[in-house]
Amino acid sequence: MNPLIPMIASTVLAATPLIYAALGETVVERSGVLNLGIEGMMLIGAVAGFAATRSSGSDAVGFLAAAAAGVALSLIFGFLTLNLQTNQVATGLALTLFGIGLSAFVGHNLAGLPVARLAPITIPGLTAIPVIGDLLFHYDIMVYLSVALFIGVQWFLTKSRAGLTLRAIGESPGVAHAIGKPVLTTRYLAVMFGGATAGIAGAYLSLVQTPMWVEGMSAGKGWIALALVVFGTWKPARVVIGAYLFGGVTQFQLFAQGFGLPIPTEFLSMLPYAATVVVLVIICRDPKTILLNQPASLGHSFHSAA
Amino acid sequence: MLRLERRATPSSTMSIASPLLAAAGMLVTGFLLFSALGKDPLEAFYLFFIKPLSSTYGIGELLLKTTPLLLCGLGLALGFRANVWNIGAEGQLTMGAIAGGGVALWFGDSDSSFAMPLMLLAGILGGMAWAAIPAFLRTRFNTNEILVTLMLVYIAQLMLSWLVHGPWRDPQGQNYPQSQGFGDAETMSVLINGTRVTWGIVYAVGLALIAWVFSEKTFAGFRMQVAGLAPAAAAYAGFSEKRNIWIALMLCGATAGLAGICEVAGPIGRLQQEISPGYGFAAIIVAWIGRLHPIGVVFGALLMSLLYLGGEAAQMGMGLPSAITGLFQGLLLFYLLAADLFIYFRLKRVGVVESPEPKPAIRVEGAV
Amino acid sequence: MDHSGLADLKPRLVLTGITKRYPSVVANDDISLSVRPGEIHAVLGENGAGKSTLMKIIYGVTKPDAGTIMWNDQYETIAAPSQARRMGIGMVFQHFSLFETLTVWENIALALDEHVPTAQLAARITEVSEKYGLPIDPYRLVHSMSVGERQRVEIVRCLLQEPKLLIMDEPTSVLTPQAVLILFKTLRRLASEGCSILYISHKLDEIRSLCDTATVLRGGRVSGSAIPRNETNESLARLMIGGELAECHLTPREPKEVRLEVERLSLPTPDPFGTSLKDISLTVRSGEILGIAGVSGNGQKELMAALSGERLSTGSMIKLLGQPVGALDPAKRRTVGLTFVPEERLGRGAVPPMSLAYNALLTGARKGMVLNGLIHPSVMRTFSKTVIERFKVKCGGEQSVASSLSGGNLQKYIVGRETMLQPKMMIVAQPTWGVDVGAAQLIRQALIDLRDQGVALLVISEELDELFMISDRLCVLAAGRLSPSVKPAETSIEQIGTWMSGKFGEGENDASTPAASYLEAAHA
Repeated sequence: MNPLIPMIASTVLAATPLIYAALGETVVERSGVLNLGIEGMMLIGAVAGFAATRSSGSDAVGFLAAAAAGVALSLIFGFLTLNLQTNQVATGLALTLFGIGLSAFVGHNLAGLPVARLAPITIPGLTAIPVIGDLLFHYDIMVYLSVALFIGVQWFLTKSRAGLTLRAIGESPGVAHAIGKPVLTTRYLAVMFGGATAGIAGAYLSLVQTPMWVEGMSAGKGWIALALVVFGTWKPARVVIGAYLFGGVTQFQLFAQGFGLPIPTEFLSMLPYAATVVVLVIICRDPKTILLNQPASLGHSFHSAA
Repeated sequence: MLRLERRATPSSTMSIASPLLAAAGMLVTGFLLFSALGKDPLEAFYLFFIKPLSSTYGIGELLLKTTPLLLCGLGLALGFRANVWNIGAEGQLTMGAIAGGGVALWFGDSDSSFAMPLMLLAGILGGMAWAAIPAFLRTRFNTNEILVTLMLVYIAQLMLSWLVHGPWRDPQGQNYPQSQGFGDAETMSVLINGTRVTWGIVYAVGLALIAWVFSEKTFAGFRMQVAGLAPAAAAYAGFSEKRNIWIALMLCGATAGLAGICEVAGPIGRLQQEISPGYGFAAIIVAWIGRLHPIGVVFGALLMSLLYLGGEAAQMGMGLPSAITGLFQGLLLFYLLAADLFIYFRLKRVGVVESPEPKPAIRVEGAV
Repeated sequence: MDHSGLADLKPRLVLTGITKRYPSVVANDDISLSVRPGEIHAVLGENGAGKSTLMKIIYGVTKPDAGTIMWNDQYETIAAPSQARRMGIGMVFQHFSLFETLTVWENIALALDEHVPTAQLAARITEVSEKYGLPIDPYRLVHSMSVGERQRVEIVRCLLQEPKLLIMDEPTSVLTPQAVLILFKTLRRLASEGCSILYISHKLDEIRSLCDTATVLRGGRVSGSAIPRNETNESLARLMIGGELAECHLTPREPKEVRLEVERLSLPTPDPFGTSLKDISLTVRSGEILGIAGVSGNGQKELMAALSGERLSTGSMIKLLGQPVGALDPAKRRTVGLTFVPEERLGRGAVPPMSLAYNALLTGARKGMVLNGLIHPSVMRTFSKTVIERFKVKCGGEQSVASSLSGGNLQKYIVGRETMLQPKMMIVAQPTWGVDVGAAQLIRQALIDLRDQGVALLVISEELDELFMISDRLCVLAAGRLSPSVKPAETSIEQIGTWMSGKFGEGENDASTPAASYLEAAHA
C-alpha cells in the first residue's frame, strides 16, 4: 500500500471535526454574530455524544444528542447576546469556560471508558477499487456528511433567498430591520445551527478520533475552527480547504516519526497552534481583505428601536 | 409582559450591584444543583464557602490562590478597558514561570541575595516577551489578539512540558517530569506562619493600588479607556492605537509573568508540567466581576479563589468532581453578563416604549 | 393634474391622533393628517420636530402609542414594513436602507415579498428605472455607486411594487441642485399617475415649488397646514419654528496670512468603500471661512481625516502655519494650533458614556488638565462648565454623560470645546447636521465670531444655503477632487450644482492657472 494513503486518511479524520465546527461558525458569523464559545460547545457535544452512544449503542443517537447539546448551549449564548445584548466576545468566552466546566463535571464518571469507534462504510464496488477506493471510499459516514454539509452551506449562502437575507442581516441589521427582515429570528437560527455543528464536531472527537471521553479533549480545536473562518475569509469553500490543510499539519507528527526526524513531540504538537498564528497573520496583514470580507456588523449588538 | 427600556444614563448603582446579583444567581443555581445531585445543599454550601475560611491555614490558602488570580486579573482588566482582548494570560503566566524558574535553576542552591530579585524580574520579562508577540502582530499585521494570545497558551504549555521532560528534568527525580527543587534563596518566604501564603500577595495588592492610580488618575489610563469605549473618539483625539495596545499587553504580560514566577517560586517550589489550574482563564472572570476596576478586581480574585478552595473541599468532603469549580465560574460570568444589562436598561410594563436611538454596542465597562 | 379636483377624491391615508412617546421626549403628540390620491403632501418641520418618527409609524417600523391609521377607508394596524409594502406604501429613507456589499438586484430582491428569478427581476429594474428617468444597472454593487445613484436604487425599489403612497424622507440632501430638478420631475409624473407622495423636508423653497399641500410640525405637534404655493418662505418658517428665520451676515474683512495650505494632495483611501483624494489644493487664511460644498461620500470624510491627522500623508502637501504637518498625528497638529469638529458627534467627537468633563479632557489635555501625566479634575471641570455656560448647552451640568444630550446640545458643546482651545485654524464638518434651528444659528454665529477674531476656518457642509451664508469663499468637493474657489456673491446655485457633478474642468484646480490665481488675487 502507498504510504501516503494512511497519511491522507488520517488527515481527513483530523479535518472532519474542524469542517463541522468551522462551517457552522461561518454561517453564524455571516449573520453578524461572533460566537467564541465553539470550544465549549464542542466539549459538551463530545461528552453528550459519548454518553448517548454508550447507553444506546447507536452512533446516530450519539451524534443527535451531541447536536442537541450544542444547540442547548448555543441557546444560552443566543439569549444573552441577542435578547439581552450582552457583549458577544465576553459571552462567547463565558460559554467556553462554562462548557469546559460543565463537560468535565458531567463527564467525570465517563473518563477512560471505552466505546466502539464509528466504523468506515463500505460501498460495494467502489471501496474495492485499488488506491482510489482506499483514498475516497473508505471513510465513516460523518466524513461524507461533512461534504454534504459543505455543499448545503455553500448553496444556502450563495443561492438561496434565506441566505441572501442572512448575509444582509450580517452586513447591516439596522437596515434589514427597517425593510422588515426578522433579524432576531434569523440570528437565533444561525446561532443554533452553529451550536449543532459544534456539538457534532465534538462528538466526532469522542466517537471517532479518540474514541473515548477525556476532559478538555478538544484541546483548542474550537479556537482553530474560529481561525479557519478568518482564514477562509468567511467563504465556505476556503474554510473547507483550510480545514484539510490544518488536518494535514496535525498529521505532520506521523510524517516526522515515519521519517525518523529527531524533533521532540512537544514541538510537533505546537505546529497546529503556530500554524494558526501564521495563517492569521497572512490573512489579516492587509486590512482591506478583512474589510471586504468580514460581515460588517460582526460582533455588534443590535437593538431594534421598533 | 415586561419590556426593556433604555435608561437615560447608565446606572452606577447597578454596575456595583450586578456582581452581587450574579453571585446570588450562582448560589441559587448551586443550591438547585446540589439538591438535584441528592446532596444536602446547606451542608454543601458550608463545605464550599465557609469551612475553607474557618482556619488560619484556610485563610492562607485563600490568599495564596488569590495571588495569581489578582495579578492576572489586574493586567487583563487594564487591557479589557482598552478593548484589547488578551485571553492568553495563562500562557504569559507559564512563560513567566519558565523564565523565572530558569533563573532559579541557574542559581541552583546558591544563597545569593540577587537570586530572588532576578527571578522576579525574569518572570516579569518572560510574561512581557510572550505578550509582545500578539502586540506586535496586532499593531504590525492587524492580527486579532484573541486567537493569537490563546494559541500562545498552548505553545507555552508545550514548551514547559518539553523543558521538564527534557533539558530541565531533575536527574534524581525518578523520571518525573519536573525540575530540581529550588534552593532556599530561590523560594519566596512565607508571609504568615502556619500557612503557605507568600510575599506574592503583598506584591499583588500593592500592584492593585498602583493600577488603580494608573487607570483612574493618569492621562495614560484615560487614553486607554477612551480607546475601549469609543475607538473613533480615540483616533479623533490623536491617542495612538498602537501605543494603547502595547501598553495593555505589556502590563498584562508583566503581571501574569509575575504571577507565574510567584507560583513556581512559592507553593510549588520547582518547575513541573502543571503549574496552574487555569488561573489565567479564571482571571478573565475575575476582571469582569471586578468591573474592570483594580479595586473591584481584588474582591473578584478573593471570590474566585474561594471557588477554587470550595471545589477542592467539595471533592474531598462530598465526592463531587472538582470540575464543579469550572462550572460555577462559567455560571458566574453568565449571570454577571445578564445582570449587567440593567446598567443600561430597566424593566417596564408593556405599552411603554423603547429607545429612540440605537444602542451603542456595549463595550467593556468600567466606572467612568 | 388638476389640483382643484383633488378635494373631490376620497383620502387615501388618514392619520388621527397619532402619539408616540420616548423616555425623554414626546416625538409625536396627537398628530392628524390626510393624503389624497395623486397629492404631493409636504410634512414640514425642523430637525427634531417628529417628522421621521411619524413616517416610520406609517411604514410600520415603529408602533404608535395612540392614534389610528385609516387606509382606503379601513382602519389598519401596520405591524411591519412588509405589511406596509403589501398595502402599497413605499418609503425612501434619508439614511439609505441599502446593503453596500450586495448588488442592486439583490438589494431589491430583499425587499420584494415574492421570489422573482434574477434575470426577470433585472429586466424589470431596467425597464422601470428608464421609464422614470432614473437609469441604473441591476448588476452593479451598491458600494461602487454615488449617493445620488443609491437614491435611485431606493426609489426604483419602491416603484417596482407600484406603490399607492410613496414616502420620501429628506430626499434632496444627497442631490446636486440639477438632480433635484430631475427628481421633482419623476415625483410629479408619479403623482399624475395617481400615486400619493408624502414629502418630508425642512427646505422651504423645495416644498413651495413641488408640493400641493403641507402639514407643519413643531415640537412633535401639528402647528398648522397650508397650501405652500400661496405661502412665502417667511410665513412657512413662522409655522415651522414659531418665529423668523434668523440670517447670519458676514461683514467683509481682509483675510490675512495663510494658515492652512494644501498643495496637490493625493491620498488613496484605505477603505474599500471610500473615495480617494485626488490632487487637492487649497489655502485658508486668517480671518476667513472657506466653505466646502458637495454631497457626502465625495471624499469629505477622507479630506477631514487627512487634514486632522487621523490619516497621515507624506511630504509637505499639508502645511499648517507654514509648517509641514502631514506626518503629525491629530494630537500633535493640535499643539500647532488646529482644532476640529467631526461630523460624527457621538462616538467620535465625544465619548458617549463619559461625562462632559471627561469629554473636555479628550482634546483639551494641554489646557492645564494634565500635569506630569496626572489628571487635574478641577481644571477639567472648570473648563467644561465654561463651555456649557458660554455656548448655552442644555444639560444637567458637567457631570452629565455625553449620550444624554440632544444632538444640537452636544454639537454646541463640541464646537464650544474646540473654540475654547483657542485655535489658529479650525475645521468643522457638517456643523448643523440634524441640529435644531436655534442651535444651528448659535453654532454658525460662533464660527463667524471666530473668523472675526482672526481664526482661519474650513467648513465642510452639505447645506448649500448655510455655506452661502457663512463662507468668504466656496469650493466643491466632487469624487475626491476639489473645484476652484469662488466668492458666494460671484457665483450661483447653478454653477455650484454643475461643479457638484464634477464638471469643473481639469486645469482649473491648479493654482498656477490664470483663472485660479485670479480668484486668489481677488482676495489679496
